[in-house]
Amino acid sequence: MNYRRSFFILTCLAFGFAFLYVPILSMVVFSFNASKLVTVWDSANSPTLKWYYSLLHNDEILDAAWISLKVAVMNASGSVILGTLAGFGLARFSQFRGRFTLNAMTTAPLVMPEVITGLSLLLLFVALEQTIGWPAGRGITTMTIGHMTFSMAYVTVVVQSRMATFDTALEEAAMDLGARPVKVFFLITLPIIFPAILSGWLLAFTLSWDDLVISSFTSGPGSSTLPMVVFSKVRLGVSPEINVLATITITVVTLMIVGVSFWMSRAARIEKAGA
Amino acid sequence: MANSGAAVKTAPWRDPAARPYVEIERVTKSFGDFKAVDDVSLKIYQGEIFCLLGASGCGKTTLLRMLGGFETPTSGRILIDGEDMTGVPPYERPVNMMFQSYALFPHMNVEQNVAFGLKQDGVPKAEIAERVATMLELVKLGGFGKRKPHQLSGGQKQRVALARSLVKRPKLLLLDEPLGALDKKLREHTQFELIGLQDKLGVTFLVVTHDQEEAMTLASRIGVMDHGEIVQAGTPSEIYEFPSSKFVADFVGSVNIFEGKLLEDEPEYVRIVSEELGGTIYVSHGISAAPEAVVWAAVRPEKIFMSTSPPQSDGGGSAHGTDNVVRGAVQDIAYLGDLSIYLVKLPTGKVVRVTQPNTSRHAEAITWDQQVYLSWDASSPVIVTR
Amino acid sequence: MRRRNPFSRIGISGRGLVVTLPYLWLLLFFVVPFVIVLKISFSDIDLAIPPYKPLIEWVGKNALAIRVNFNNYAFLFTDSLYISAFLNSIKVAFISTLLCLAIGYPIAYGIARSTPTTRNILLLLVVLPFWTSLLLRVYAWIGLLKANGVINNVLIWLGVIHEPITMLYTPFAMYVGIVYSYLPFLILPLYANLEKMDWQLLEAAEDLGCRPWQAFYKITLPLSRNGILAGSMLVFIPAVGEFVIPALLGGPNALMIGRVLWDEFFSNRAWPVASAVAILLLILLVPFMMWYQSVQARESAGTR
Repeated sequence: MNYRRSFFILTCLAFGFAFLYVPILSMVVFSFNASKLVTVWDSANSPTLKWYYSLLHNDEILDAAWISLKVAVMNASGSVILGTLAGFGLARFSQFRGRFTLNAMTTAPLVMPEVITGLSLLLLFVALEQTIGWPAGRGITTMTIGHMTFSMAYVTVVVQSRMATFDTALEEAAMDLGARPVKVFFLITLPIIFPAILSGWLLAFTLSWDDLVISSFTSGPGSSTLPMVVFSKVRLGVSPEINVLATITITVVTLMIVGVSFWMSRAARIEKAGA
Repeated sequence: MANSGAAVKTAPWRDPAARPYVEIERVTKSFGDFKAVDDVSLKIYQGEIFCLLGASGCGKTTLLRMLGGFETPTSGRILIDGEDMTGVPPYERPVNMMFQSYALFPHMNVEQNVAFGLKQDGVPKAEIAERVATMLELVKLGGFGKRKPHQLSGGQKQRVALARSLVKRPKLLLLDEPLGALDKKLREHTQFELIGLQDKLGVTFLVVTHDQEEAMTLASRIGVMDHGEIVQAGTPSEIYEFPSSKFVADFVGSVNIFEGKLLEDEPEYVRIVSEELGGTIYVSHGISAAPEAVVWAAVRPEKIFMSTSPPQSDGGGSAHGTDNVVRGAVQDIAYLGDLSIYLVKLPTGKVVRVTQPNTSRHAEAITWDQQVYLSWDASSPVIVTR
Repeated sequence: MRRRNPFSRIGISGRGLVVTLPYLWLLLFFVVPFVIVLKISFSDIDLAIPPYKPLIEWVGKNALAIRVNFNNYAFLFTDSLYISAFLNSIKVAFISTLLCLAIGYPIAYGIARSTPTTRNILLLLVVLPFWTSLLLRVYAWIGLLKANGVINNVLIWLGVIHEPITMLYTPFAMYVGIVYSYLPFLILPLYANLEKMDWQLLEAAEDLGCRPWQAFYKITLPLSRNGILAGSMLVFIPAVGEFVIPALLGGPNALMIGRVLWDEFFSNRAWPVASAVAILLLILLVPFMMWYQSVQARESAGTR
């Protein structure tokens, strides 16, 4: 293949990536700035780690982070189960009653504005509480349910597209050797698409961890998530502790992504070589 | 040509009392309006290597998949060892398949791959280990048990696939283009290994291929398929020497086909006049055709004698008086080492293909544009009526 | 060739078992809520918890009163604030989509034309911001755009300007924020589409006398249509209802319908009005969502 690229394209790429990364890098840099004004560099006292200490002793933020973590883990695990079932079903069964609806229901959350989803979920919980008494007030449970509803759509897409490139001959060979369809799924399909399921888990985790709007609608007193706390702080302007939070987040995310993508490409290479 | 294994030395397909091992009864498979397999009936006997030969899209793979249980026939029945298996799913059939892409499970090593089928059957662990080890030895992969598929070469992967499908001792083994992915030298070597393996184990093979050389080497019998139908089934030599139609004659090997009309039609001989040839053809056996019918005479390139001087007529040589001989000019020569292919243009414009072995290192060199006489035995042409 | 499906043998009941759980979940937690939103959009505001009057009430022993209140909708249509909010949201989303295309298309193209190793690295770099919290990335722009923020400081230090430019809390800031946040959503599907392109088509065109720009315009662009549409929908539809970016960067005059909904709900406790806004927004966006679905279906049919 001809890999030539024009100078124009190369310039665009350079500017594009600069555009994407300058804001991120600026946050990281200023997390070490001693000044409370964040963006005015205090060269006398910087670089410093004082805001890092401050953040790690900020109870409000730590409590919110803990709640976010709980919700994100439960959400990711639940979404993966629902999303894998839906993704597998949509990929392998070309016809079943309600296929059109399921397909629509798993693609709509991807584009729907979150304010709509959030509002509708809250109204549902209120109506349910009135009629059957559950859920009693809103909190971690309702947030998790809300997050799962839109996260599973993403997991479905990931699993479905993985199944599209999955060699059906492997499943046929397993059946030919005597395994019934259920066993084929658990012994052959699942282990092989595991990297995709894992990336679906991580995707669901991240979506939940970062979610503001739906959390705001479906949370209750005492169950503020990290984004909700950050939002209330940030509405008032810049805050150095938020920079620190950003830096930590970016570091963790980077390590995670690099690690997972290495693993996935290795697994894909192995599968290709084995074909 | 295949050394027919001990089980088929007696050519059971000729014995009306022999019970077929696999029976395909009037099987049709339609996808909407398209008939992939059209009313196919076939009997396969135990211990055979049966090859389905045909071009892509002829339906051979669909037929194979129906035998494996991956497709259900739209109509018709499939019986294996006397039992009706038409609707039975693949995991309940005593049939195993070797896939074209080998389909080795990438997350399991060689041993686990081969053992998979036995595990599904609930065979005790000790027995599994023993059978797997024996099978790996048989396919000459003795020490490879712990390797993973991505660490194997193409030929090794193929053997694992073979071992995996044979270890269950299936009644029927289906092979989908088994040698397609191998290079030429390896292919030849593997062909004979396959035959040896089959002979040893006595498993009935059904091979699907588009490569006629592969079919001719492996098969005890070949079924030529075209557009969903089996147009001829027989031993390789039957197919080659006695094709039943132009299609088969042309598909297997090369052939020269001369269109003509019956001049004389007697029980012991037939004489045909062909405009294409610019002469007459004398065939020393009778055929069944309507008088005045258009027929085709198929003559294989290696059966044609080529010389710079006119051939002797009658008694022993080629030609038959003025029949079976024609003049032409050499248009093209392809030197292939062991033989040479000559394309000879006749005065009628028809180009005839002749092959001659290069038996002498100093052949009376026949060169381009040389005038030559082409002749053949009265027993060589095959007359086909379609 | 027909796609082979080994699971096609599983009967209707078997399939049902697999998809029932996700189906029911989505039905209950995704679809049913919309019905409830619709219902509440027709009810009256009440000073109670919850702050709306029930739609259906028992009046006496054997009578049911159904009170359908169209006032909420009437209110929305007559008050210019809401109309301009809707229109402004569409305008902002549309322009943002175009900007994302202008910036994102060359990036996606550049990545698709790279060697496989470079490609993977570049893709990683595009995806990384996407995985970092949107909130934090929007926050980053606050630090960049404010009066004593990074950009102003750098410009003053360079001597280009002497007074800080007002960038924060303007529509400009909002556009920057939206384009910045949604760029990966456009690049990824567009890249997926471009990656499948047969580049030899361009070589053939140039061999036949086409100049590079013409070849792009006549061949690459039309063939990438599905990718452009998919990416654009992934930007436009959520951008219309976007809340966070207008709230943090847009300032009090940035009238986006998502913000209006939020304020109605949280600040004014006017749940029925907020519901009506949601329904209208939904009606507006559903055609686009269906368009997106059909583009996706066409794309996956083409690759089979």
